[in-house]
Amino acid sequence: MSKQPAAVVGIGQTHHRAKREDVSMAGLCREAMDRALEDAGLTLDDIDAIVVGKAPDLFEGVMMPELFLAESLGAAGKPLLRVHTAGSVGGSTAIVAASLVQAGVHRRVLTVAFEKQSESNAMWALSVPVPFNMPVHAGAGGYFAPHVRSYIRRSGAPTHVGAIVAAKDRQNALLNPYAHLKNPDTTVESVLASQMLWDPIRYDETCPSSDGACALVIADEDTARGATAPAWIHGTVMRSEATSAAERDQVNPQAGRDAAAYLWKQAGITNPLEEIDAAEIYVPFSWFEPMWLENLGFTAEGEGWRLTESGGTALDGVLPVNCSGGVLSSNPIGASGMLRFAEAALQVRGLAGEHQVDGARRALGHAYGGGSQFFAMWVVGAEPPTS
Amino acid sequence: MRDVAVVGFAQRQMSEFDGSPTCVELLVPLFAECYEQTGWNRHDIGFWCSGSSDYLAGRSFSFVSAVDAIGVIPPVNESHVEMDAAWALYEAWLKIQTGEVDTALVYGFGKSSAGVLRRTLALQLDPYNMTPLWPDTVSLAGLQARAGIDAALWDERAMAEVVNRSLTDAEKNEYAVRRGGSSVDELLARPMYADPLRKHDCAPVTDGAAAIVLAADDRARSVADRPAWITSIAHSVDPISMGSRDLTRSPSAAAAARSADFDGLEVAELHAPFSHQELVLRSELGLPDDVRLNPSGGPLAGNPMFTGGLIRIGEAARRVWDGSASKVLGHATSGPALQQNLVCVMEGQS
Repeated sequence: MSKQPAAVVGIGQTHHRAKREDVSMAGLCREAMDRALEDAGLTLDDIDAIVVGKAPDLFEGVMMPELFLAESLGAAGKPLLRVHTAGSVGGSTAIVAASLVQAGVHRRVLTVAFEKQSESNAMWALSVPVPFNMPVHAGAGGYFAPHVRSYIRRSGAPTHVGAIVAAKDRQNALLNPYAHLKNPDTTVESVLASQMLWDPIRYDETCPSSDGACALVIADEDTARGATAPAWIHGTVMRSEATSAAERDQVNPQAGRDAAAYLWKQAGITNPLEEIDAAEIYVPFSWFEPMWLENLGFTAEGEGWRLTESGGTALDGVLPVNCSGGVLSSNPIGASGMLRFAEAALQVRGLAGEHQVDGARRALGHAYGGGSQFFAMWVVGAEPPTS
Repeated sequence: MRDVAVVGFAQRQMSEFDGSPTCVELLVPLFAECYEQTGWNRHDIGFWCSGSSDYLAGRSFSFVSAVDAIGVIPPVNESHVEMDAAWALYEAWLKIQTGEVDTALVYGFGKSSAGVLRRTLALQLDPYNMTPLWPDTVSLAGLQARAGIDAALWDERAMAEVVNRSLTDAEKNEYAVRRGGSSVDELLARPMYADPLRKHDCAPVTDGAAAIVLAADDRARSVADRPAWITSIAHSVDPISMGSRDLTRSPSAAAAARSADFDGLEVAELHAPFSHQELVLRSELGLPDDVRLNPSGGPLAGNPMFTGGLIRIGEAARRVWDGSASKVLGHATSGPALQQNLVCVMEGQS
């Protein structure tokens, strides 16, 4: 038995800001959901099931918020699932929603991922001491900085490559009406001049902390064939590995490599650099662009920075990466992965507006979480999958 | 739909974890039991899915270290729901239905004794209006029980009958945290705890974990003499609002049951953490009088959070394996006052 065809037929996201004081959690989700439903030309009555994703509940201070949100999310009287796979959750949530259609269980599924980080204190929520674990308490940047240092040492990358990524993504964000950060004057020089936070990560090479949500309507083949420019799902994958183990390669994790290999195989892709037209990759700290280019197999190991330095990942490059501005420009953590998946779908639908890649036919959405240990990815295409 | 069966089940339930404060050590022997039952090792498992809660553990990402129990180098195909692991089983069932994998191991864990459970669960409520009042789980269930008594839908004696049967059956369950029936009159003579609930009307605070193995088609037939084939599985949710809900009803339980075929059902393991909720569920699910309820003793004998529902499915499946029943129901609930419900019907042949 093989998967039933499924496609994204509706996409919505919120305007992302540090504090969305104008909406509640429910209002934030509805802002994205209503846009997605309108895009799909459907109402909640047409939806068979709701799948909710978000990162830790301590980010808002509500235990399992989908329970109190059930009615306002339109889930009452329907199946409701809540996914939580750390930072990769937005991607995993979209994949679980897709599987409801691909399994032949439901025809139209609405999925929404959100984070209203301003309700709580994310740094505190990430720093609760755990018995017998290392009390790092350095935040995500402190955790990942050694990985970046290690990448630079192993690859011999010049130290300004991270700044190239940051300047590119912040410039791309200016083309995205929903992006959180709108810093028009960001250049490689200005990034390099910004404060060093966790050597070698500078302030302008980090993501913001955002309130925001993203929603998708995922539908079966019949619905999709009647929809405007559906984004067909060509492959999905999730892989996990341990947090800490002596043999782990945290610069180039095996879970990411395995996931990519499985994904390309499913999508019938043998040369991702040539065959993928746009990639939305989870880059919360600038150096993760070259690191993930290698992990995903777009370049050989140690060569990712060359593609970035050459301008190959710019909007007009050989592989446009994070044309939306990416996680570096908007980071409502629980929604960030779904935003990557959604932006990939927008590209192949030709609906990405000013940050549209001309003629994009196949795109990658990518998310990771935990200590670079949870991975979720999909490939979407303008045409239905052939196999 | 593919034929998918429950072919392995292991559990631990206790009033407090003995020794280690982490869930990882508890899960490792459960996985070992599942491997022993199936003859498989972790490389035979196509998909892993867990259910747990950050708030129960008092920290973020509580499931992260739990995956260490799997041994995830090399990496695995894995996911997690912030729900009772019965919903993780649903996600795993979906994954098998897509054809991507043929086998899955589902697990849940929760250490309720780490905090004050009834207060922790108050954080599930509407944070703007309800949570600041701190209405705890037991009090909310008390309101529900009182509403049913006032509406003459049940009485304290009917509730005590549920308890007496459960605790009598629990005498045969080695994992039961509370056991030992007496008589309905003796139960009714005990003091009130949260009027009209007595302590025995409320599931005991329980630590624990459980794991279930799912397999499709010939993979199931090759490891089990009599697999418990899942013939229907569905779930639904109600609004949380305590003020506007009829607490004597559970429309989501009825909705979940609508797509299920209960004809010929012999045994039902119902996830009713309060005695009167068994009465609500029996009515909403439309279970015939001759269906045997909770032969394991049910949640009143032990109710580890985020595992209690999965255990109901495992206990029901065991009746199929041992030949004592041919058609069974495993039920799970989540949220206050039966807000969210899942039904899983399993049969001996397919």
